[in-house]
Amino acid sequence: MSRILQDRDERRPETHPLTFRLNDDGTPVMLDAYREQQGYASVERAFSDLTSKTLIDELKTANLRGRGGGGFSAGLKWSLTMQGEGIPRGYIVCNADEMEPGTFKDRLLLEQQPHLLIEGMILAGFANNAYQGYIFMRGEYVDAARTVQRALEEARAAGWLGRDVAGSGWDFDIALHTGAGRYICGEETALINSLEGKRANPRAKPPFPGQSGAWGKPTVVNNVETLCNVPSVVLHGADWYQGLSQGKSGDGGTKLYGVSGKVKRPGLWELPMGTTGNELMERAGGMRDGHTLKTWLPGGGSTGFLLPEHLELALDFDTIGNAGSRLGTGLIAVVADDQSVVSLARNLEEFFSRESCGWCTPCRDGLPWSVKLLQALEAGEGERGDIDLLESLAVDLGPGRTFCAHAPGAAMPMASAIHYFRDEFERGVTRGQGKAHADPIPVGSV
Amino acid sequence: MTHASTSTSAPIATDGFVLHDEDRAAIAHERKHYPHPQAASIEALKIVQKRHGWVPDAAIEAIARELGVPPASVEGVATFYSLIFRQPVGRHVILICDSSSCFLTDYEALRDAFFAHLGIGFGQTTPDDRFTLLPVCCLGACDRGPALMIGDDTYGPVTPEEIPTLLEGYA
Repeated sequence: MSRILQDRDERRPETHPLTFRLNDDGTPVMLDAYREQQGYASVERAFSDLTSKTLIDELKTANLRGRGGGGFSAGLKWSLTMQGEGIPRGYIVCNADEMEPGTFKDRLLLEQQPHLLIEGMILAGFANNAYQGYIFMRGEYVDAARTVQRALEEARAAGWLGRDVAGSGWDFDIALHTGAGRYICGEETALINSLEGKRANPRAKPPFPGQSGAWGKPTVVNNVETLCNVPSVVLHGADWYQGLSQGKSGDGGTKLYGVSGKVKRPGLWELPMGTTGNELMERAGGMRDGHTLKTWLPGGGSTGFLLPEHLELALDFDTIGNAGSRLGTGLIAVVADDQSVVSLARNLEEFFSRESCGWCTPCRDGLPWSVKLLQALEAGEGERGDIDLLESLAVDLGPGRTFCAHAPGAAMPMASAIHYFRDEFERGVTRGQGKAHADPIPVGSV
Repeated sequence: MTHASTSTSAPIATDGFVLHDEDRAAIAHERKHYPHPQAASIEALKIVQKRHGWVPDAAIEAIARELGVPPASVEGVATFYSLIFRQPVGRHVILICDSSSCFLTDYEALRDAFFAHLGIGFGQTTPDDRFTLLPVCCLGACDRGPALMIGDDTYGPVTPEEIPTLLEGYA
């Protein structure tokens, strides 16, 4: 049910590799229509012209960076996958567990263009010497699961999956795995545990999944949108792909950008990587009447708040990183001037607190504590020292203190909210220093 | 495969709980996708839940035997994942997205209206067993916030005024 808000006339094969095939009415592009529009041509090219190494080199040069929010070079990740004599063939896992607050892009690709993902996964399997792929999809994406399952059957029947893929002598198949909730499943090592039928606690790294992942075999985990970019890189080459960003960014390609919140036209657009926040807001029609923009999150609940003046920045990994936030998933959420940043921070920390898997102490205990403090500030019952305490919690939740990025992701919006809107937090302080500070270890859950 | 397979024997009765033949077949089908039967635990729980609405203790035991894995590992999984229900739920589960984009498009007013309309809070079921209300992680429908799901159906944006009409379709 996601919709791309660009007409077919605008979405050209030369400029919109992710969405040019999409139907204006939102119905899925199934195999026949997909084949008629360059579908699976990249697999044919890979089998005839490329090796694992040359494909990965092409991807590195293209500078395709992970679209799940991390921004790590996909080519570099693939180059680190263990393969060679004596090393078992492993797995390609597509992370389709889209749950980052404010993110609704993978849903579009899964619901409307499942073969693009399958094509990308075949290329990933070929490059990483995998024999099996899994699409790990969140359980709530019911329509997407049906469409992807149908597409897998179509691809198998047409010889793109299974034994001897397209007459190449190489075997590769893909299975759909649907989840049963929990945000933490989107963390790549937690996802692997969940795939194995375990509780979704992250794993200690190293070993990295590319060395020892699912069932101890080399495993590559990539986001849906990342994998959907691979076919066009392979078909048209790294230079062409680099050119898609039109000099707006050092990163290659296009990005599925989106806007949510109180704008006139919330939605999704495929635009050159490095498109500015202002251009995106223009597409979204600006704020709804009667509202002005106070602040915004550039790419999900685990990214830091930015100010209206930051909308002039290019929405790419380095630029937004240099501004003190993260590009994340690149779908921005806007906050209007009559909306409380303290309340939103409380909502975000409630989310992260509930979704913590509980493995690491700072995350398990620190997040409920931050919720307690934020609830007090929101209710105008905060105590002197509460804001400093939140800032110190944000440090304790920061990078390097937990096994995964859940806690650092929770700390970022909280710390940046205080940084830019300290006065709003201060308005919630009405009491002297009291019980919260005398009793620093909260008991019980939120 | 080193794990004892029971799929060719008679249905397992565990504390009066019997896995339905169709469910055993569905679980056996899921197993084939993975190199280890434990990986089918979550699917097995979902299959059983689809038939019974929730997962009783005895079903945990039955699934564990079916897959040849310890009951504790199936129970561990069943209690970890939010969409596996370990107590009875209503005929229709309503999942209201409570994440940031829906929060910014007035989720709290919608949530309160649901509470008032159904007379229950999160984690509760209406006395006629018709609806259970639960919060859910960002539904990936942020362009249509506030969003929610009723059973397999996703809706958004939903206003408090639309609730009675929306629920009419769910007997």
